[in-house]
Amino acid sequence: MEFFKIKHDIPFMSYGRYTTAISLVTFLFAVFFLATRGLNFGVDFTGGTVIEVHYGQSVDLAKVREQLKNAGLPEAMVQNFGSSRDVLIQIPLKENKAGAKLSDQVMTALHSQDASVEMRRVEFVGPQVGRDLVDNGAMALLLVSLGIVGYLWVRFEWKFGLSAIIANLHDVVIILGFFAFFQWEFSLSVLAAVLAVLGYSVNESVVVFDRIRENFRKMRKTEPAEIIDNAITRTMSRTIITHGSTQMMVFAMLFLGGETLHYFAMALTIGIMFSIYSSVLVASPILLWLGVSREDFIKPEKAEAEEVLP
Amino acid sequence: MNRYPLWKYLLILAVLLAGLIYTLPNFFGESPAVQILPLRSSMKADAALLNRVDDTLKAASISPDIVELDGNSVKARFNDTDTQLKAKDALKAALGEDYVVALNLQSRSPSWLTSLHALPMYLGLDLRGGVHFLMQVDMKAALDKSLEAAMGDMRSSMRDANIPYSGISRDGNALQIKFRDAASRTRGEELLKQHFSDYLLAEKEDGPDFLIRAQLKPEAENRIGESAVQQNLLTLRNRVNELGVAEPVIQQQGKDRVVVQLPGVQDTARAKDILGRTATLEVRLVDEEHQPGPNGSAPFGTELFKDRDGNALLVKKQVILTGERINDAQPGFDNRTNEPAVHINLDAVGARKFKEATRENVGKRMAIILFEKGRGEIVTAPVIREEIGGGRVQISGKMTTDEAQDTALLLRAGALAAPMDIVEERTVGPSLGADNIARGFNSTKIGFILIAVFMVAYYMMFGVISVLALAANLLLLVALLSMLQATLTLPGMAGIALTLGMAIDSNVLINERIREELRNGITPQAAINAGYEHAFATILDSNLTNLIVGIALFLFGSGPIKGFAVVLCLGILTSMFSSVLVSRALVNLIYGRRARLSSISIG
Repeated sequence: MEFFKIKHDIPFMSYGRYTTAISLVTFLFAVFFLATRGLNFGVDFTGGTVIEVHYGQSVDLAKVREQLKNAGLPEAMVQNFGSSRDVLIQIPLKENKAGAKLSDQVMTALHSQDASVEMRRVEFVGPQVGRDLVDNGAMALLLVSLGIVGYLWVRFEWKFGLSAIIANLHDVVIILGFFAFFQWEFSLSVLAAVLAVLGYSVNESVVVFDRIRENFRKMRKTEPAEIIDNAITRTMSRTIITHGSTQMMVFAMLFLGGETLHYFAMALTIGIMFSIYSSVLVASPILLWLGVSREDFIKPEKAEAEEVLP
Repeated sequence: MNRYPLWKYLLILAVLLAGLIYTLPNFFGESPAVQILPLRSSMKADAALLNRVDDTLKAASISPDIVELDGNSVKARFNDTDTQLKAKDALKAALGEDYVVALNLQSRSPSWLTSLHALPMYLGLDLRGGVHFLMQVDMKAALDKSLEAAMGDMRSSMRDANIPYSGISRDGNALQIKFRDAASRTRGEELLKQHFSDYLLAEKEDGPDFLIRAQLKPEAENRIGESAVQQNLLTLRNRVNELGVAEPVIQQQGKDRVVVQLPGVQDTARAKDILGRTATLEVRLVDEEHQPGPNGSAPFGTELFKDRDGNALLVKKQVILTGERINDAQPGFDNRTNEPAVHINLDAVGARKFKEATRENVGKRMAIILFEKGRGEIVTAPVIREEIGGGRVQISGKMTTDEAQDTALLLRAGALAAPMDIVEERTVGPSLGADNIARGFNSTKIGFILIAVFMVAYYMMFGVISVLALAANLLLLVALLSMLQATLTLPGMAGIALTLGMAIDSNVLINERIREELRNGITPQAAINAGYEHAFATILDSNLTNLIVGIALFLFGSGPIKGFAVVLCLGILTSMFSSVLVSRALVNLIYGRRARLSSISIG
């Protein structure tokens, strides 16, 4: 079986203007939604208490709300979680209130109303911890970006590092844009997924870059644009197959992984889609505009040759 | 050209075999067990304890699957949780005073595996259920306490040396000692220099006063904070032992935080109560010279505390003794009045201090104050009748037997050097833990099957080889996780699934490359060789960039991110091995021996 039997190179670079324009528009939309709607940060980042409870039978949310109000927690957000027997209670941080005691208070109140209630999960995050997690997350993003630019610089050339990181940060912003637009909860595991996408997306660019470098060495009389077109066309089959395979795994998590893995897998799905696009249709045009040429690779070979001479 | 030397095959086979052995324990599952640990580190679990456990279980007519010595504990394995709970109650009644009796899970794998240190993966709290607390140590309180103590020590050492001074006050992290003349200041400075090396001394004139400003050195400040955290860690360990938890994790995190993880604990309210208690004991003298002000204000150098009945008592600020000096505390009864009491044993320094204080203050009253959550309460304020030596002290007030027991436990478990607050809590019930395992496992399984079917359909024989390599990758990854006993969490399981999804990339790269070489018209053998060779540079680059991401995530991630990062990094290493070496070995075995290979099955 073979999906891609392409005889002639597809002139991707001549579409460069359109593809980057599409990218730019998507990117601007993402930035717009991030700015206007913002991310719906989960309890990991904002601090607060989340309690997941399970009832023996279907439960009336209004009654639960009423009970919590009587227990002195009118600000508690109560909603169903997965099924009508599972309830998620969210309580924002309050000043002068020992957050850690709150979960006990809630469970006692719920238990007195319906003895079949079972505690599934409690998460309490204090304000300082939330701030630290945001700082650490930002630090990780920065470090990952610098590490990747540095590695690609050493392994290829600075033009490659720069265009890869522009393309990949563009993916990250777009994922965040989706989360802002749909107001999906942005939790620690989503952050992990976003950072993993960064690595994954670079991986994608590296495969194309490797081919470009190889082509520059082999195809001596060809223009850079054609060299890049050839590299993308030759790796396209692999790109689709690999991403298809990874996506199968991610879909399994998206549909079977439960609530915790759902948004993790969602971030990965968006990330995978856009990383194909960006590594092929964003990173490469930028590389061309940065003026990549055969000399970028031939130079070191000359230097080596000279050293050998007596 | 497509042949491996024999040693290479053997090496790969050996690695896979080792992988298989270390993966095996995960298939046997776990049985409910009871673990019996000595409460004090001086005691050892030995054959005698083993016999006692055996006898106790026999007496309660409970038949365990196996009772064995494991490190410094005895573990008894049972068939079901009902027997486990019964056994726990029986053992707790028989051994509870000197041993921690905790519920636990134990691997059911055969003993030859256990003797190879082949253990199942260590499941995180989100998979097995339990509580995770992050506690913040109040460093300022630790500093306050230490400065307060230094003030008292300076006063008494200057008094002992007969140096006249007119007062000591506190100013931020510095103490100011006031003298009436320059001569006594010089003497004072010499004395302080000798005995208080943690402070930086500077002379200062302030109108008619001669001052010494003693500034706490930054390194001393750090040390005070560090030792406060260390003592809190020790105290928490003791308290967790009292709770009876198997395999608790109590670790420092960062400069001023402590992580406490209690697998399997369900009664979080009680756990929080015991852990969060900041009871410390202080012994001070009652101030009988002054009277409290009209609106409850205390005169300088004193503080106002209430006793159980709400009567206020004026107590000097200077502390004679703190709870740190307590070696042991046991509930009991006062042998004269037969009231419930707590018998306390002090260490050498504490005994000396207590002896001095009681000798100098015969006839005066002494207050024993219990601080809980920053609020002090006078337990008792007896009149000192005589000098008390030997370090044996008895506290009796208006206590019930239960209160005496609780107070003794808190005192014995040690005092916290500084108060702590829970700043993060994550509790996962056991049913959710089991669900999480099932979900993580299912999605990995389904994802793997989907990939396998597609790969075989698309690449035929090379697809089969790729899938086998992917299976080897999964095997090695699970083996590595089991071997390192890295904590596996739900994001970690997601990491396994994702690394598998990404690892197939290497094989796709190779297979596509071989197809391309074939299209260029070279012989199959040469195409295989060229395919592997050309793809390798790309595989290396892309895996290394992913490794950079993994390491950064590990360094800066916390909680779920860290668990994910560990799996990601290990997965990248195993995937390099399996997708390049294992798959090549298979290809070589299948095709490498045929001299005239006209076609290969690559779809």
